[in-house]
Amino acid sequence: MENIRNFCIIAHIDHGKSTLADRLLEFTNTVSKRDSKAQVLDDMDLERERGITIKSHAIQMDYIYEGKKYILNLIDTPGHVDFSYEVSRSIAACEGALLIVDAAQGIEAQTISNLYLALGQDLEIIPVLNKIDLPGAMPEEVKDQVVDLLGCDREGIIHASGKEGIGIEDILAAIITRIPAPKGDPAAPLQALIFDSAFNSFRGIEVMFRIFNGTLKKGERVKFANTSKEYFADEIGVLRLEKEPRLQMEAGNVGYIISGIKEAKEVKVGDTITHKDRPGEAIQGFAEVKPMVFAGIYPVETSEFEELRASMEKLQLNDAALVWEPETSAALGFGFRCGFLGMLHMEIVQERLEREFNMTVITTVPSVQFRAYTTKGEMILINAPSDMPDPSSLDYIEEPFIKAQIITKSDYVGPIISLCMDKRGLIKNQIYLTSDRVELTFDLPLAEIVFDFFDKLKTISRGYASLDYELIGFQTSNVVKLDIMLNGEKVDALSAIVHREKAYDWGKRLCEKLRELLPRQMFEIAIQASIGAKIISRETVKALRKNVLAKCYGGDISRKRKLLEKQKKGKKRMRSVGNVEIPQEAFMAVLKLDQ
Amino acid sequence: MFQSTLNKKQFNILHLAGIYIHIPYCRKACHYCDFHFSTHFDTKERMVDALIREIILRKDFFSSPIDTIYLGGGTPSVLSSEELSLIFKSIHQHYALSTTLEITLEANPDDINDDNLSLWRSLGINRLSIGCQTFDDAILIQLNRIHRANDSITAYHMARAKGFDNISIDLMFGLPTQTEQQWIADLELAMSLQPEHISAYGLTIEERTVFGNLHKSGRLTVPGEELQARYYEQMMTMLADKGYIQYEISNFCLPGYKSKHNSSYWNQEKYLGIGPSAHSFDGSNRMWNDANNMTYIKKIESGQVPYTLETLSLKDRANEYIMTALRTKEGITLQKLTEELHYPEEKLRGILPWLVQNGWIEQSSDQISLTSSGKLLADEITLKIFLN
Repeated sequence: MENIRNFCIIAHIDHGKSTLADRLLEFTNTVSKRDSKAQVLDDMDLERERGITIKSHAIQMDYIYEGKKYILNLIDTPGHVDFSYEVSRSIAACEGALLIVDAAQGIEAQTISNLYLALGQDLEIIPVLNKIDLPGAMPEEVKDQVVDLLGCDREGIIHASGKEGIGIEDILAAIITRIPAPKGDPAAPLQALIFDSAFNSFRGIEVMFRIFNGTLKKGERVKFANTSKEYFADEIGVLRLEKEPRLQMEAGNVGYIISGIKEAKEVKVGDTITHKDRPGEAIQGFAEVKPMVFAGIYPVETSEFEELRASMEKLQLNDAALVWEPETSAALGFGFRCGFLGMLHMEIVQERLEREFNMTVITTVPSVQFRAYTTKGEMILINAPSDMPDPSSLDYIEEPFIKAQIITKSDYVGPIISLCMDKRGLIKNQIYLTSDRVELTFDLPLAEIVFDFFDKLKTISRGYASLDYELIGFQTSNVVKLDIMLNGEKVDALSAIVHREKAYDWGKRLCEKLRELLPRQMFEIAIQASIGAKIISRETVKALRKNVLAKCYGGDISRKRKLLEKQKKGKKRMRSVGNVEIPQEAFMAVLKLDQ
Repeated sequence: MFQSTLNKKQFNILHLAGIYIHIPYCRKACHYCDFHFSTHFDTKERMVDALIREIILRKDFFSSPIDTIYLGGGTPSVLSSEELSLIFKSIHQHYALSTTLEITLEANPDDINDDNLSLWRSLGINRLSIGCQTFDDAILIQLNRIHRANDSITAYHMARAKGFDNISIDLMFGLPTQTEQQWIADLELAMSLQPEHISAYGLTIEERTVFGNLHKSGRLTVPGEELQARYYEQMMTMLADKGYIQYEISNFCLPGYKSKHNSSYWNQEKYLGIGPSAHSFDGSNRMWNDANNMTYIKKIESGQVPYTLETLSLKDRANEYIMTALRTKEGITLQKLTEELHYPEEKLRGILPWLVQNGWIEQSSDQISLTSSGKLLADEITLKIFLN
């Protein structure tokens, strides 16, 4: 056990975590340079393209230091605020963390919040200044930030460049000398923390764990403490570049177990694996992940509902955070109301459905979870506008608020404050981290950051702002349900819950956007926005006057038939409300009100 | 005797057979046209040989006599007397011909002269389709047409004088710079000539044409949708006033003068297309020849017909029927659609009442057909009825 080191990497997106991890794998000969493709740990194409880690991963390396062989378990963590719970569990599985900071960019909000998580778990932090080779690097300034933040020794900060391979040996040495070996009793009752799971289409779910106490042997009867489900340890092993089976694994080590589990939702990150017969206590810190953002997902082709269900089920096999239940919309037919950890998670789910399952879907207006209190004192959870109770029975509504931390350059403080005020935010704190880096804290309604907050923040700060947030509770709020009607018929999928003060502007812009997106049809289309019975905005799409091809191209009947069939196919992807055909882009219009 | 007349009559209604011959040459390329043609005449002689060989190669296409022959293009009137004679000779030699044969030749006004007219008469051509397009010289120049308005008028009178008693005039509307007054003037002039038939096509901007390019780069403006619609409505009213029957979206005739050949395209009749890019239909398959003069010639010279074949599914046939029949005056026979082509009745029940209520479609017992306002939206309505 004294030769094992378990560590994770804390870094902001783009600060070079994946490249640095690749270098560690090369230096320890875990992968040969020849085999390595960029970002070895990022399995999904999506991760490689976006340069982000969506799922966490783990890999074991061997390294000989001063004649002794060490086993290094790197637990990679997702780098986005949507996945902070997963991050916390990965951190809990380690004794140490590499804190990677871009020498040109400095510390970002996300890094700070994850760093606090790591410090909370008493992890040994090894600060690394990455991209030291860049011309824009400001090592001394960034070191000041790190020292301020960690209270660490200035000399202990390692200079590195993942790209150039600088400082990699120093990092490996620091991992061995500075991170403590795991403690634990191999003879005690088994306690293994689940920090990740992955789906293998042949073998079911692979569960990644870190053993804190006890010993796990192949073939043993195990139990997951929080779900109380029991399994056989069909296969256990360590995570090299490929999985390597072992007959037994002991306290301190990191590995995987395959036990015939079919669905990811049976496996909860943060749960504890123990023996059925001699159970150990559940490890502290388990929580059920709660979705923050809700939206409907519908198949573009109504006939593909069952196929979508199958795809969602498969997707859920390795995305336990995704929750959904069937939902029906008058406009869109059968679909699912889904809960996501955040907007990125929502985008990822949508993109994975398209890429991995070849499903094209319509995603409806994302919404947060409101709480409606009726005059009878009843509380109703509102996950979709259609859940809103009748105004006559409604007493008041509460909406979720977050505490948002934004770190930026002092130049952008003004615009960011006005953005947050515009989003109904309250400024709570403003701290200068250095002479030109500021940390701003706001209380903001979650609903306001769901839409375009990130994009706006990035634009007004020219990319020099990072955001982290946590839910702080619910507050009474004057929100209303805004409906859209086409020729007098309500399009349920376009309804939204918005703050009353913003409803007029919202309705106006949505009507305008829809006028652009709705193709002209054989009749005039009236687009109206309403709150209750009150119409607040109206636009008109004029009727199509002429659509007839003059010629049937001589005897070439096929050409015109195929042309029309293609158009028909396009129309099939549209939805009808009354007789109005609505293209799928229209359902996403809400997300693009500013474009 | 009575018996055989009756048979022949049914035969005519139900089983027309037509040959189309594509002459892929033009003296000049019109800026809007994306049909298959070449302005290089060096392969013409070999092409005529190839056409004749194809006529022979496909002589077993029909099991019944031919009712119509149609020479189209390109510009069939560019053929010399020898070339035309050879083509006709081979048809006569290898095909059984009906006694009421309709033979149409598409002719450009500039090719219409005394000699040609005599030749065409002598070959049995009894219907001329004259490509006038417009009687406005400035627009003709824009279209890159070789002829002028006066050529059209002279040509028309010459053809009449030569005894052609079934003449069709081609017109186009929605042309660049064309005003409403110009269009009305075109229609009036055309009607004053009293042709038996008028085909009038709204200009369609096709991608791979000069107009297509100009339009894409914003250097060509054509009358907008609203104007096009008005031009079309003008035409329907004016021609109807003069007794022309609109028997198809773009085709008008005096009573008894429908184009039998073109009708066969819309009535799912069999037709054989000879020449590069020509289309054939044998009742269940559609075939189209290679649209390249040289590959076509070489293939034919090696004894093969270079066509692509598509077998129509029941759904394809239903959609083609909807698409073509809806464009005709008679419209769609519902019984044929549901019984013969297995179109689901409940789908009809779902759409028809709405189309009728909105005044786009008229229904009389078993037929549905487009109203005037429906004609303007024919493609939209077709799409509504189309099967997925």
